Amino acid sequence: MSSTHPNCLLPLPTATAATSIRTRHAACLLSAAALLAVLPAAPLAAAPRTRAPILLNVSYDPTREFYQEFNTSFGKLWKAREGVAPEIRQSHGGSGKQARAVIDGLQADVVTLALAYDVDAIAERARLLPTNWQARLPHNSAPYYSTLAFLVRKGNPRNIRDWSDLVRPGVKVITPNPKTSGVARWNYLAAWGYALRANNGDERAARDFVARLYRNVPVLDSGARGATTTFIERGIGDVLINWENELLLVTRRLHPGNFELVSPSVSIRAEPVVAVIDANAKRHGTLALAEAYLRHLYSDEGQALAARHFYRPAVSSAWERCAADFPAQPTFTIDEVFGGWQRAHAAHFAENATFDQIYLR
Amino acid sequence: MNPFRPPIRPVPLLLTLVALLFLLGFLALPLAIVFAGALQQGIKHYLAAISDPMALAAIRLTLLAAAIAVPLNVIFGLAAAWAIGKFRFPGRQLLITLIDLPFSVSPVVSGMVYILVFGMQGWLGGWLAARGVQVIFAVPGIVLATLFVTLPLVARELIPLMESQGTEEEEAALTLGASGWQTFRRVTLPNVRQGLLYGVILCTARAMGEFGAVSVVSGHIRGLTNTLTLHVEILYNEYQSAAAFAVASLLALLAVVPLVVKAILSRHEH
Repeated sequence: MSSTHPNCLLPLPTATAATSIRTRHAACLLSAAALLAVLPAAPLAAAPRTRAPILLNVSYDPTREFYQEFNTSFGKLWKAREGVAPEIRQSHGGSGKQARAVIDGLQADVVTLALAYDVDAIAERARLLPTNWQARLPHNSAPYYSTLAFLVRKGNPRNIRDWSDLVRPGVKVITPNPKTSGVARWNYLAAWGYALRANNGDERAARDFVARLYRNVPVLDSGARGATTTFIERGIGDVLINWENELLLVTRRLHPGNFELVSPSVSIRAEPVVAVIDANAKRHGTLALAEAYLRHLYSDEGQALAARHFYRPAVSSAWERCAADFPAQPTFTIDEVFGGWQRAHAAHFAENATFDQIYLR
Repeated sequence: MNPFRPPIRPVPLLLTLVALLFLLGFLALPLAIVFAGALQQGIKHYLAAISDPMALAAIRLTLLAAAIAVPLNVIFGLAAAWAIGKFRFPGRQLLITLIDLPFSVSPVVSGMVYILVFGMQGWLGGWLAARGVQVIFAVPGIVLATLFVTLPLVARELIPLMESQGTEEEEAALTLGASGWQTFRRVTLPNVRQGLLYGVILCTARAMGEFGAVSVVSGHIRGLTNTLTLHVEILYNEYQSAAAFAVASLLALLAVVPLVVKAILSRHEH
């Protein structure tokens, strides 16, 4: 085998003169140096420990804008009280996925997730907080709540007014996948609750109604934001079912005039919940900070910020101040209709439960 | 004019045109759109988007991951290619297959593997956590995931090269009294220089552009475990498409840097 002319993609003259070797060395060294030069320029992301306490808030998708403002507000408060501003870090994603990450070791000091079931999962599977966590804060640990509404295109061309319009043949409904998305479970339960009421509590009729609704769903996105993007940016579907706060953000701030919000005759009271992850916060020495952080959500300022980001304040005095800004929406709760998250999950979203049966059929 | 220039024939011309149109439509145009999207709200917005503290943290993390993964892959790639290309030994084929593994396994799966090993519910996670070591949802996890997906790139570039070159030159050097290290430094390394450079470029680009595996182990903590690719996704999901495109264009530019370095080095060569 000839070795003088390397048979490679980029043929090279072979090394003969010492000078040539030297230039090659220089070139090699140069590329290595270029790489190494990057290293000192990048102050290690595993940051030098500063005095400022660090708090990690693991949250779900549509809360990004709200917590960005809330963290600034809380930072000022804590600095005034303790003399040092905390560094608050955020992580966002689908609620179920985020809970999974905390179970697998994501070092959350607090979680602010879309539904109680996800926090239950953390308590049960990883035992990072007591199972009675929901009783530790006012209003069932839900400092703000929302409901579900419909988003339709300008002028409401398909004339969609209520849940019953979503099962009409040919209407395309956008809702995410209940297996991965918090809001998708709320959507499903809201439709089910409506159908129960419309059919005098007949479970079979409700099941049939929800099955017909999901037959009108062309694509199941994995999360709330993905579904909004599908409907708005990609222009797919006639109606989007999503958090009222997300839809108010679209109709009032992001795309005023292009879309319309429709409030159905009845919807579910959807309560995102917050909790301190005791085991993590204790280990990080941030328990007091984490508790104060969540308490601040119930303060006048926290409630006002929630309302500014279209969440309905849970504290009644705060709600009275801003009720006029929200659509009138009769609601039922998950406890009234389904007997709580654990039972709703077992009956509807567990492996081979009702959702699997009607969607796969 | 070249008098021996062949007449223009329709079929090669057509094929060339098709290839050019394909490149234009699927490569140049999307890239141009990224840059146009990045600048749609003006240069001020562009600069603001890439100098945002969260963006800077993402840039640092991406460069850090690449700066660790690339040199390690160079060392590993050289060693592996040298062993495989110059020697015959039992288990050689197995080693080649192992090196190829990160190519054949989906990045998402490799991310999950790290969660199964280093997660709190995994084999090592609890033991490490008790000793205060956090691997996944922290910087080490990002580096590990990057290392894993880029592992074959340098080795794969060098193995065929070293194999085709055989061992005659090294044997000659040794007969002439060179030490092992001298042989490697003066004969083997210069012979594979170009391939190594190309491997480094591929490796750097992939390290900076990796999304799947890193997304699984990241935990998406802003300013801490978000790489550039993850930051682009977040910005897009926040309806900040101009900023998302700005950061994406920066990522594209970063990937071009090694190519430029290579072009300059190659010019010095001639």
